[in-house]
Amino acid sequence: MEQEFIKPTEAQLKARRKRSIAIAIALVAFVIVVYIGSLVKLGPSLFDRAM
Amino acid sequence: MALVEQKHMDDAGYRLSEAQPGDFIALLKPRVMSLVVFTAFVGMAMAPVTPNPFLAMISIAAIAVGAGASGALNMWYDADIDAIMGRTAKRPVPTGRVTPGEALAFGLILSALSVATLGLMANWVAGALLAFTIFFYAVVYTMWLKRSTPQNIVIGGAAGALPPVVGWAAVTGTVSLESVILFLIIFLWTPPHFWALALFKSSDYERAGIPMLPNVAGHAATKKQIFIYAILLAASGVLPVWAGFASLAYGAVAVMLGAGFVWYSWSVFTMPEDDQAMKPAKALFGYSLLYLFILFTALLADRLAASLGLAFGG
Repeated sequence: MEQEFIKPTEAQLKARRKRSIAIAIALVAFVIVVYIGSLVKLGPSLFDRAM
Repeated sequence: MALVEQKHMDDAGYRLSEAQPGDFIALLKPRVMSLVVFTAFVGMAMAPVTPNPFLAMISIAAIAVGAGASGALNMWYDADIDAIMGRTAKRPVPTGRVTPGEALAFGLILSALSVATLGLMANWVAGALLAFTIFFYAVVYTMWLKRSTPQNIVIGGAAGALPPVVGWAAVTGTVSLESVILFLIIFLWTPPHFWALALFKSSDYERAGIPMLPNVAGHAATKKQIFIYAILLAASGVLPVWAGFASLAYGAVAVMLGAGFVWYSWSVFTMPEDDQAMKPAKALFGYSLLYLFILFTALLADRLAASLGLAFGG
């Protein structure tokens, strides 16, 4: 069966790009917060482990 | 080609989104968030423990995101009545910029992330309190009380009053008398603040079928309730002095602010029934915002002065 697809308009593509950038920024910020937060909370003991 | 573009057009109600990041930020109710950040910060600052500044910042951010998430859940559930009221008709869901499903998913994901972050970075007492706050606002207030009782904002006000308790718990790991007093101040502040708004927006609430006190019990009963709550609020404002965690200087500020609140409420109480402009109600609404901001700033300044006094004098 022939399928019909939606062709995004210029405005929809632009909005999706902005949303993608916002999600990327939020995710990077969250990763940094968790990383630094873990370092601060656990302190030097974080690196104190048997090799 | 992105997956979303391969979605078949026959799917009922399917459309490609044109929502901007700003629409999702609007779902978080930034103005409410700013008040939550401020009161949670005061709760944290009043605690007798000095937290690590970075962990304190993360905790405040987690509380803010949690509050925002509950706002998104509120906008998801209330889209039908938001569309009817002039004050809320331009919100992202009723205007169609964000679909209800997107708002729900956004709210649920942020709720889970904010609670987990606060629990892991601060402690699980604070995490559990934040989860309870989100649940109370989104489920108890939005889904149940708001449309069923004129006491909606009295009981639902507990959600808005919890941020300083969460802030205090993030630092101390406990709930104590001091944080309960901060809770009580915001809890008693909420009804006169929202009833003042409900007085001059009663036609909006009437159209949406929300049983706000002026629509159910009438304007006269609402004005009386506002005045009673104003007296209780003014009294609660000086409780920090009684409990010993604020100075007499703060007490003087609280008494003056409380007297102002009672005076504005008296103006509302004596407002004629046929007053269409309702200037006293609008003035009380504006003053109530100022009241809470100055009162909590005074608490903060008092704590700062005490700390400096200890550092330089003792």
